[in-house]
Amino acid sequence: MDASMLSQQILNGITLGATYALIALGYTMVYGIIQLINFAHGEIYMVGAFVGVLMVTVFQQGLLFSLAAAMLACMVMGVTIERIAYRPLRRSTRLAPLISAIGVSIFLQTLMTKIKGPQPVAFPQVINDALYKIGPVEISKVQILILIVASLLMATLHFIVKYVKIGKAMRAASEDYDTAALMGINVNRVISFTFAIGSALAAAGGVLVGLYFNSVSPFMGVSAGLKAFCAAVLGGIGSIPGAMLGGIFLGVAETLGIAGGFDMYKDAIAFTLLIIVLLFRPTGLLGRPIQRKV
Amino acid sequence: MLLEVNNLHVSYGAIRALKGVSCQVGEGEIVALIGANGAGKTTTLRTISGLIRPQEGTITYKGKPITKMPPHDIVSLGICQVPEGRRVFTRMTVLENLEMGAYTRKDSANVKTDIQKVFQRFPRLEERKTQLAGTLSGGEQQMLAMGRALMSKPTVLLMDEPSMGLAPMLVQEIFAIIQEINQAGTTILLVEQNAHMALSVANRAYVLETGEVVLSGPANELADNPEVQKAYLGE
Repeated sequence: MDASMLSQQILNGITLGATYALIALGYTMVYGIIQLINFAHGEIYMVGAFVGVLMVTVFQQGLLFSLAAAMLACMVMGVTIERIAYRPLRRSTRLAPLISAIGVSIFLQTLMTKIKGPQPVAFPQVINDALYKIGPVEISKVQILILIVASLLMATLHFIVKYVKIGKAMRAASEDYDTAALMGINVNRVISFTFAIGSALAAAGGVLVGLYFNSVSPFMGVSAGLKAFCAAVLGGIGSIPGAMLGGIFLGVAETLGIAGGFDMYKDAIAFTLLIIVLLFRPTGLLGRPIQRKV
Repeated sequence: MLLEVNNLHVSYGAIRALKGVSCQVGEGEIVALIGANGAGKTTTLRTISGLIRPQEGTITYKGKPITKMPPHDIVSLGICQVPEGRRVFTRMTVLENLEMGAYTRKDSANVKTDIQKVFQRFPRLEERKTQLAGTLSGGEQQMLAMGRALMSKPTVLLMDEPSMGLAPMLVQEIFAIIQEINQAGTTILLVEQNAHMALSVANRAYVLETGEVVLSGPANELADNPEVQKAYLGE
């Protein structure tokens, strides 16, 4: 592989990784607050992609409007799922909400298969396939869009978590749930907010991936969800910068793996990497050492 | 009475932590709950704050029941807690911790001046205001936990073991500050294993043993009670 090929693959990898990162953020934020692996998160991403298709085709909307609509729809969906499927189980064993999440995941997949059928649906190419040459690499309009949208969303998230009151409350609640409540923080509202933000990011990921690969299917959430989950664990589950880093890392590794001739093992790369990283850093790249709360 | 706890029963599974605890706190008082480890002191405070739902019993504040209220509404009413073991948000800065204390308040202009007041009371916090709270010493964390609770402008301050894990000099300092806070108009319900310190600042006290109040009365009388001296004051 020569240098220009290598840099081209790295760029492609970062683009793919940015979409993994968008999904991974939802896993990590939810885990940070209620220690739940939201196995329905991949399906939220899938539904987001379908809402995007619906807006573009049936309602003839532009891409940015469709993206916003998909994010909004998934926000509502994420908050509703938490209300119905997770909140009633808050005080039960840790396994109960996890099983409930798997149930929601199967439900959404089946529902979407009922509505749209099991076949993949093409995502209308609302963006032309112009390529731009920057030095040795070529970048498509869709890639530029993905990189810009993903960076803007992640920058917004960073701003909210760092400076906005509800974002600070998220950090407080993720560090110490009870004490956050003792400070007058409505922890349920913070959890709803977390689900809203995480689901919106996943929906954006869904629309962007649909556009990138020109295909949307009821089962697209399974492997993307699993990989994004790997990215979240790789980066250190509970850590927001970790999810971003893990996503990009995974995207680049996967693309380089394919370019290096391991395309048959494309989906195994994420899990192999995960195992290797966890062997040496059990809490992930940016994860904190495990602390026992008294 | 400002705060009244009546016949509180709390169980953790099969373990009965409180078996009918009753106590009252009047406006302007410092009331202490003393007792050994496992007597139910912390459980009482956590139940008042709404973190634990009692099986039986009522808690009223200014005559109104608060037993079924969620914790954040109880804070809005003016009851704030400094939890056991300080529990500052270690990954947030000192300033952010104080802001979290003021979470229920809408008057952001006054919050800024109140942060300055906390800094006046605890100058060491001002020096470290941009530091992560996890990097503070135990004593500084206790000050931060107190400052954070004061930011909610509480009518009643619940304090759980403020002396825990602190050097004797610091314990003296913390208790002097507790008296200052009380003289500035805040009612205090104090939970302590350090019965000696607690009885020296409190107006009244309750002695808890295995989930029940076994003795109560003015603090100075309890301090002179031979049973209390034997069991809790080591005399």
